[in-house]
Amino acid sequence: MNEQIVNMLIEGIGDTLYMTLGSVIIGYALGLPLGIVLYVTGKNGLKPNRYVYRVGDFFCNIVRSIPFLILLILLIPFTRLVVGKSYGSTATIVPLVICAAPYIARVVETALNEVDTGVIEAAKAMGASNLQIVLKVLLVEARTSLISGFTITTGILLGYSAMSGTVGGGGLGDIAVRYGYHRWETGIMIVTVLLLIVIFQIIQMTGTKISIGLDRRKRKGN
Amino acid sequence: MEEILNIKNLTKAYDDIVVLEQVNLTVHKGEVVVIVGPSGCGKSTLLRCINAFEEIREGTVSLCGETINPCREKLNKVRERIGMVFQSYDLFPHKTVLQNMTLAPVKVKKANKKDAEQEALALLERIGLSTKKDSYPRQLSGGQKQRVAIVRALMMHPEVLLLDEITAALDPEMVREVLDVVINLAKEGRTMVIVTHELAFARAVADRMVFIDCGRIVEEGTPEEFFENPKTDRLRKFLDSFSY
Repeated sequence: MNEQIVNMLIEGIGDTLYMTLGSVIIGYALGLPLGIVLYVTGKNGLKPNRYVYRVGDFFCNIVRSIPFLILLILLIPFTRLVVGKSYGSTATIVPLVICAAPYIARVVETALNEVDTGVIEAAKAMGASNLQIVLKVLLVEARTSLISGFTITTGILLGYSAMSGTVGGGGLGDIAVRYGYHRWETGIMIVTVLLLIVIFQIIQMTGTKISIGLDRRKRKGN
Repeated sequence: MEEILNIKNLTKAYDDIVVLEQVNLTVHKGEVVVIVGPSGCGKSTLLRCINAFEEIREGTVSLCGETINPCREKLNKVRERIGMVFQSYDLFPHKTVLQNMTLAPVKVKKANKKDAEQEALALLERIGLSTKKDSYPRQLSGGQKQRVAIVRALMMHPEVLLLDEITAALDPEMVREVLDVVINLAKEGRTMVIVTHELAFARAVADRMVFIDCGRIVEEGTPEEFFENPKTDRLRKFLDSFSY
């Protein structure tokens, strides 16, 4: 493989990581609070509120029912408004975040719903406020599911970032599309796929390890 | 004697089903009131009405003369003063025994962390679990978990302790160790309202017995009268159902 291609692949890895991590971080900045709101206002939440829940619920369902590739195209005007252009890795982060936030909200809502209601009641009985319950009890007790959810989300966004290659998104997916699909250079495509697999494995393994390491419910010994 | 809890004309209903009807109960400082009754009679619900875990339809509950109003802000302040221990222990699974005990005093009451830890260690020492301070709940037996749950409630210095069938989920051989803790608390003069199915324990610990059936207080009295000379048929039948 010549040096030019190697450099391109290295740059591709960087772009892919940049898109994935960028969208995960911004996605969580939006999705985590939204997920907490869904949990709190949900039927069995700390402060049930049908109207707030329905609005959040509706928004999540609508965005999640649009296939990512369509969302990518639908959002082009908005992306241009935010980053000034509609192609390249920074531009891809915009649709990735819009796609990820409602998904993350659901993942967070589900994780919080799994926390034993008895434990929440115990906190209430001790006079804890809703904010204290969310911060000191719910997020702590749900941490293993939250981290598993984070890992799954990151994996999905890695895949979606590659998908954005079809519309000039940058990163490994872009390389795979340009070389593999347009130029029939199967070798380069296989290398990009292998690289994606390796990145995915690293994400998944790290996530699983952290998640198990933080679980105080099952692990033997201290 | 100083009045700690006063429940007046309390009625609780889920839609059309009345669970508690016109319940009146006063608990004085240092008194141990034990509530018994058949399953589904409303005794746990009564306990949960005291700290506003359940909405009440009619009547009032007051703590030290102050009516408990289920408006949020003040409710948390009141709940700090009412300790509650549950059937399922409900320790925080991701926190150690010590963290379980200090969380609420430090975060809710804004107590100094060092002081709270000192106090927690002293309490653990008393229940013989000081070696378990760094263990997680899953490393404890049911009886140990429940003993920790009791002292965790004490960490908030409650005016009254509500115990909701605290031995119902335990293996028989662990019931004793938990009830011994409660009996010691009673000797110290703690004010407690206890819902239980352990009649022998009830007799040993109670200053006053209350029998609830079908959502109403049917009979109340000293343990002696209550067990030796039940006045109502319903109580007699209930007590008979425990002997073989």
